Amino acid sequence: MSRTLFAKLWDRHAITTREDGASLLWIDRHFVHEGSHHAFARLDQRGLPVARPDLTFGVTDHYAPTRRDRTPDADIARMMRTLDENCARQGIRHFGLADPRQGIVHVIGPEQGLTLPGLTIVCGDSHTSTHGAFGALAFGIGATEVAHVLATQTIWQKPARTMRITVDGTLAPGVGAKDIALAWIGRLGAEGARGHVIEYAGSAISGLSMEGRLTLCNMSIEGGARCGLIAPDAITRAYVAGRPQAPADMDAAEADWSTLFSDPDAVFDREVALDAARIAPVVTWGTSPEHALPITGTLPDPARAAPDEAGQIADALAYMGLSAGRPIAGTPIDQVFIGSCTNGRIEDLRAAAQVLRGRRARVPGMVSPGSAPIKAQAEREGLDRVFAEAGLEWVASGCSMCVGMNGDLVAAGKRCASTTNRNFKGRQGPGARTHLMSPAMVAAAAVTGELTDLRGLLAGRGTA
Amino acid sequence: MSGWQTHNGRAARLMLDNVDTDQLIPARFMSTPRSAGYGDFLLHDLRASGTAVIDPGVSVLIAGRNFGCGSSREAAVYALVDFGIRAVLAPGFGDIFAANAANNGLLCAVTDTAALTTDTTIHIDLAALTIRQGAHTSGFDLDPVWQRKLINGWDDIDLTTRAAGTISDFSAAYAVRHPWTVPRQG
Repeated sequence: MSRTLFAKLWDRHAITTREDGASLLWIDRHFVHEGSHHAFARLDQRGLPVARPDLTFGVTDHYAPTRRDRTPDADIARMMRTLDENCARQGIRHFGLADPRQGIVHVIGPEQGLTLPGLTIVCGDSHTSTHGAFGALAFGIGATEVAHVLATQTIWQKPARTMRITVDGTLAPGVGAKDIALAWIGRLGAEGARGHVIEYAGSAISGLSMEGRLTLCNMSIEGGARCGLIAPDAITRAYVAGRPQAPADMDAAEADWSTLFSDPDAVFDREVALDAARIAPVVTWGTSPEHALPITGTLPDPARAAPDEAGQIADALAYMGLSAGRPIAGTPIDQVFIGSCTNGRIEDLRAAAQVLRGRRARVPGMVSPGSAPIKAQAEREGLDRVFAEAGLEWVASGCSMCVGMNGDLVAAGKRCASTTNRNFKGRQGPGARTHLMSPAMVAAAAVTGELTDLRGLLAGRGTA
Repeated sequence: MSGWQTHNGRAARLMLDNVDTDQLIPARFMSTPRSAGYGDFLLHDLRASGTAVIDPGVSVLIAGRNFGCGSSREAAVYALVDFGIRAVLAPGFGDIFAANAANNGLLCAVTDTAALTTDTTIHIDLAALTIRQGAHTSGFDLDPVWQRKLINGWDDIDLTTRAAGTISDFSAAYAVRHPWTVPRQG
């Protein structure tokens, strides 16, 4: 029988299925972070050990200070210390603040070769969908489920529906994975893929680097999907080869991975198609990732909207301090942020640096590489100097201003052009106004001090 | 966690769609131990600005589409439960939020809320999957896995531990079939 990639991954890991339809799945990799303290506490209450510390990995990222020379406040220090202690006492390998491999969990999993095709990967973080870029079944879970995985190395899951998003054609210069993500979320809505596992396919997807695929799968949750998936190919295999945790027997692994694709006549519950050539650089204007517009677009007008949408649009415009019906381009910004599990990888930094090289930013901003190894690589390439000479602050890695838990915040009423994944009210700080976009678009906004079509700034610079 | 089958309570209504987990509990409160109680954090900034009003004693929330979208933070559910909310009625929910809710005895009922009001008591029957208010009765959707869990108050760890033998047999066979999945040491 023809099967989707999702079904193949599910079948590999299904231990048993209950009469109500839920299956118990084996978990190959479980990442924990500072926020996992609720789950460790629950395990302690029940007097249970971690079942498979060898398949569990601790990562300090959510509260990681990006200015490592400053003393973090007591709450933040306690959150990091609690993870240190939980990992140490349970025998869990831990990428702590001082580890040269430290970084954001969804960046260092792939970087270390812990993320591989065919695996099941869970973490108490919704952006675990990122790892699906390798053809791994990867999804975010809550604290009760984290405790369950710690105790049993398994999780109960009810079946999901499948959606294939096919993107064929060639992306225009300056348009990339973030634009694909925001384009489909803008079209289908923030719950457009709810209850579904998305498989991305088509020539524009095959043409993406691993970094781009990670960005795309990362954003799957913003359209309501639990997982994004991309079938592994030569680009995937080349990325994995030589990673510290790449399989010792790569031939055996690759033979196994070669079966990981959706059969040609496999049936998806839903099919969506996008034309790559028609995707323009996208920015968000409101307070949900579905509030996405091409940079050439105009802000929606509640007076022209359907009655059930008018109130939502008016509320979002009011929060964002924007006027209905105006072009989105030209909106003045106060600051920029480049980083996060969405866009903190080396290719993202290169794309931003390409726009910024030899130019000054008109607004302040922060650049936080996704991991310490990426920071080191960027410094070898001289990217840190490009950012510094543009007037942006080059800091250490962590979740930083995407979620603000470490104190990196956007002040109330301030407008930030950001490479992150959520423009929710208050996400970057109480009252903060977030516009999501690609790293190159953030760089263009920095240079001009307003939301700008980066394509006007690429002349003579090629494209990253 | 104890299970439940019926609930009667007064409701509050949130007009907005896409009420995300960052609204349900802003990140800055998440370093708090659960024992301190999360009820005061519920919709903290939306309540502070007057966008959301939830009177004490309310135990049912009527919400817009895609309620609980966003992060996997179970603290969003803790804030609702600790405030005293037993059920959220909405056209749709974020998947991870809904799974977390089922693990904490909180019902996420998928339903058309147009006919419901905040004026009188709402009666919820988990077994019959019905909502009754005055003369009005309507059904709601709930995954059977979550329905059973809410009614029985099940803790999955207890259920899974009973399958320990099946799991160890599976993991041994799996490691033989896919030996490359075992991470290296160091």
